[in-house]
Amino acid sequence: MNPVVMHTVARMMAPVLLLVSLVLAVRGHDIPGGGFVGGLLAAAAFALQMVAFGRSAARRQLRVHPTRLAAAGLLVALLSGVPAMLEGRSFLSSLWGQVPLPWSDGLKVGTPQLFDVGVYLAVLGTAMSFILGMSRGEETTAPELGR
Amino acid sequence: MMPSSALLSLPMILCLGAAAAGQLTPSRAWPRRWLALMTMVSVTAVGALLLVTVRRNGIQAAQMGGWAAPFGITLVADLLSALMVLVTGLMGLTVVSFSAATLPASREAGAYYPLVLVLVGGVCGAFLTGDLFNLFVWIEVMLGASFVLLALEARQEQLEASIKYMSLSLIGSVVLLCAVGLLYGVAGTLNLADLSVTVPGLGTPRLMTAVSMFFLVAFALKAGAFPLFFWLPASYHTPPAAVTTLFSALLTKVGVYALARVFTLVFTQDARFTSTLLLVMGGLTMVTGVLGAVAQYDVRRLLSFHIISQIGYLIAALGLMTRGALAALIAFLIHYIFAKSALFLVSGATARVTRTYDLHQMGNLYRTQPLLAALFFIPALSLAGVPPFSGFFAKLAIIQAALRTQHWVIAGTAVVVGLLTLFSMMKIWREAFWKAPPENQPQEPNRPLSLGDGVLGPCIAMTTFMVVLGVGAEPLLELADAAAGQLIDPTEYVRAVLRERP
Repeated sequence: MNPVVMHTVARMMAPVLLLVSLVLAVRGHDIPGGGFVGGLLAAAAFALQMVAFGRSAARRQLRVHPTRLAAAGLLVALLSGVPAMLEGRSFLSSLWGQVPLPWSDGLKVGTPQLFDVGVYLAVLGTAMSFILGMSRGEETTAPELGR
Repeated sequence: MMPSSALLSLPMILCLGAAAAGQLTPSRAWPRRWLALMTMVSVTAVGALLLVTVRRNGIQAAQMGGWAAPFGITLVADLLSALMVLVTGLMGLTVVSFSAATLPASREAGAYYPLVLVLVGGVCGAFLTGDLFNLFVWIEVMLGASFVLLALEARQEQLEASIKYMSLSLIGSVVLLCAVGLLYGVAGTLNLADLSVTVPGLGTPRLMTAVSMFFLVAFALKAGAFPLFFWLPASYHTPPAAVTTLFSALLTKVGVYALARVFTLVFTQDARFTSTLLLVMGGLTMVTGVLGAVAQYDVRRLLSFHIISQIGYLIAALGLMTRGALAALIAFLIHYIFAKSALFLVSGATARVTRTYDLHQMGNLYRTQPLLAALFFIPALSLAGVPPFSGFFAKLAIIQAALRTQHWVIAGTAVVVGLLTLFSMMKIWREAFWKAPPENQPQEPNRPLSLGDGVLGPCIAMTTFMVVLGVGAEPLLELADAAAGQLIDPTEYVRAVLRERP
């Protein structure tokens, strides 16, 4: 049987889900959202791919090994706290700055955003390693994960 | 000199950062091994620096993210915390070097070292945090890593052990989370220093006692105390010796540390009730642990039961609640981490020669491995409390504290349990080292009977600590006394944390 509806929906929804996850992650600083929710939604997008096209397809689309993704996220989140330490303040103190933009007043950027990026990656990586790990063994030809 | 805020956060940043970086490096043994070794060296250095700073300038506190005390993420180091971080770093270093000598390269190339680093980072976080919710989180970080480390080889007995360990630990975590929630509902804060100030004025002593019992159950489960220790002997004998050493050195100690922290800082109103309860619990833990050990013939199970019995000493010392008893607790804690680790490391080393942990199958090691025999003998005597090793002074201090407060039963129990400990240590000595090798031993002609390089190094280091802490017990006892002074009188702790408040 060819689950046409499932395949079509999964293919159409993937970019939407990923985009919404990014929107959630970016707006999270002042209003509901943030890296954690964004990461979960992104994991849901890949989980949908897994349901529709199988485990190895989802793993291929993720490109990076999930635990490495989680490690990278943890590292980014930790690094976001370090600049404050170099200035002699406490670890994770937020530093903010303005990036001047030609078409508007300027963009407020700071270390908490970097922290959110780290959380996003860490949550996506962890959730995907759970999801992919739990579905291991369902496919007869278990794909080599690599590390 | 580094600012104290950097010093306080560095152990966790180093460990977690190195864990993440290690997972990102190519999957080979040597980069991960060296990264872990270097990190443990730095954590030890930071711990030593922290201890010196706290000894010289008093308790250090820092607010992560720069949010003021009861609201932000508080890290505090008093002498006890700093000492524990130093010991954690040393143990991490020992275990990583022992792992490098004993584990197969395929295991080293995997997630092993990153997990060890996460575990050590979680333990450091639990020792340094000044907030009960963060304590819960760090304990979870530590437990999460330990679950995976336990089951990493995925042998059947390990999976069975990790299911028992995990389910019981998670029950403990749920109880702890309930306790944290209840306390927050009653007191409106979870900052330890803030709690220490607000709790006496709440006027609900019975409710606080009820909440404190939740904490007691949760932390006693993590510590492996009397009615709640079943997970420990069910799981500690299955992973490789390096992992067992790490677990025995750090995991249960976090439970004891947390008990000492909350019952000296927060729940001090109903002292008579809690101290009686702790004393009964401690005494029963001592006795059941050592009786369980006497019946065992697997070296690692035997040593696991001794973990429980030694935890009993610590909880009983906490129950005495005097400055002398707390000093004894701290000295005993340090001694016992080294002694138990030395024994587990030696048991791992003997297993490399005999290929078994079963005492029936061993024998004659005294002839074939004389150095190993000496390395077992010293920590075994030290654990049993024979002079001139560290255990004697630590145990003596606990018994003295009990006698001074006229707790004859606890003092007597401590002496008897010490004798039984000596008995079961001598059982290992007789069976593994002294007796003639069993005759029906299956002799494989070409199995290697050598230890391998670098196995003895960590054992020698641990045993040296034991002798140094025994012969030079005075500085340790002095330091422990100063640390106990900070525990008994929390004003300095509170002032260090809540400095910014009007």
